[in-house]
Amino acid sequence: MDEVLLRSLTPGVLTVLVRRGADFAAAEDAVQEALVEAVRVWPADPPRDPKGWLVTVAWRRFLDAARADTARRRREDRVDEEPSPGPVPAADDTLRLYFLCAHPALSPSAAVALTLRAVGGLTTRQIARAYLVPEATMAQRISRAKRTVSGVRLDRPGDVATVLRVLYLVFNEGYSGDVDLAAEAVRLTRQLAAAVDHPEAAGLLALMLLHHARRAARTASDGSLVPLAEQDRSRWDTRLVAEGVGILQSALARDRLGEFQAQAAIAALHADAPTAAETDWVQIVEWYDELARLTDSPVVRLNRAVAVGEADGPRAGLAALAGLDSALPRHTAVAAYLHERDGDRTTAARLYAEAARKAPNLAERDHLTRRAAHLNAQLDADRGR
Amino acid sequence: MAKYLLLKHYRGAPAAVNDVPMDRWTPEEISAHIRYMNDFAARLEKTGEFVDGQALAPDGMWVRSDGEGRPPVTDGPFAETKDLIAGWMVIDVDSQERAVELAGELSAAPGAGGKPIHEWLEVRPFLAAPPNSTESCH
Repeated sequence: MDEVLLRSLTPGVLTVLVRRGADFAAAEDAVQEALVEAVRVWPADPPRDPKGWLVTVAWRRFLDAARADTARRRREDRVDEEPSPGPVPAADDTLRLYFLCAHPALSPSAAVALTLRAVGGLTTRQIARAYLVPEATMAQRISRAKRTVSGVRLDRPGDVATVLRVLYLVFNEGYSGDVDLAAEAVRLTRQLAAAVDHPEAAGLLALMLLHHARRAARTASDGSLVPLAEQDRSRWDTRLVAEGVGILQSALARDRLGEFQAQAAIAALHADAPTAAETDWVQIVEWYDELARLTDSPVVRLNRAVAVGEADGPRAGLAALAGLDSALPRHTAVAAYLHERDGDRTTAARLYAEAARKAPNLAERDHLTRRAAHLNAQLDADRGR
Repeated sequence: MAKYLLLKHYRGAPAAVNDVPMDRWTPEEISAHIRYMNDFAARLEKTGEFVDGQALAPDGMWVRSDGEGRPPVTDGPFAETKDLIAGWMVIDVDSQERAVELAGELSAAPGAGGKPIHEWLEVRPFLAAPPNSTESCH
């Protein structure tokens, strides 16, 4: 059974239930139960109309829960009869579900969890494993998120930008457990880009595809990081690159530039270079200038300094770096790299070791420690030891 | 079964036998070390004794309440803190002997020159939940 196909039906089924009058939180629970049932039943008895099957089962589960709820609270029945099957929900409905799950009232972690469950169709256990938290913690996070948006009507338009930020967060998490969050983020962004006519949704999808294309080349067999310049480019997924570039080109043609399109353009320029030495760094610097104009982010200016170092030489890169706050994450690592390129291995080795101590994750720490070790070994050899 | 915390220190533990900072190892020695650590954890997962392992950044801070309605007070990080934890592994094993045996293996991870580091690890038993049977009280 194709689990991804099954999960791709989630938002459509959920919106049918909500259209029929179910409240979001209860409908979401019912859809989860239907998904679990599908995993159990479908392998032996695949339905002819998978979505219709899910709608029927989810609606039944919703009614059962509503009746139990009603009996328990001694209230009047909210729902008596099964309505006739509603129309197939339009892409619009899916879109509004995205808006709801990325509602500005939700914290980023809550929005991420709710999106993965209600739009992505993942179980609470899968999401908990992916984020390395206990299942009970994730269950609480999701039910609080559902309460937070319980008063929000599903028919209000939202802001695509908030949805894009949530999907970007999912993509950047890497992955653990049995769910590949990056692949899931690509799937959800693809679905979003199909549902909404927005150049930045296309830009984010292109960015994800271009980064995802490099994934196999990004880690060595021992799990260590391989920097872009040292990656075996024959291991990049050319199909994903071509798709990403195509999506980016049609987005850029619409002349409504945004930060994801600009980031994707930089990724596309890297993808376009047959070797690291052939990278068009001058154009990359220009895109960083655009990005800096769009976002005013110090992280962008830090990355720009690296690009300037490649385009105009390490001294120019160090000059670009000089104006930036040294407390910025990865500032020390960038300084180490530029000094190494400038031939000052002693300073570079010292800075790499310092950057390793400040690294935000183990893979980067190991990588930076290796760089320091590599330079120290060279320096020792030069001294004739 | 009993749980033990194996603590690795950046500072505060007695000096290791093979005490060379990692950026003075060769890149191959670093790779060998990381492989050893990963293999160790993977093996404990297979034997059903691994619970959790995490590494900590060296820069943290001290925080305490400063009373109602006031923001917490923070201090540090202190460059000279005597004791600084680098990370931990939690294991669930049948005996203290087994915990000591495993800590010994972990301490023997290869370091500079490919020789074992023989660093000191702190082994701390968890305080367990009270047993359901009360026989031990009588």
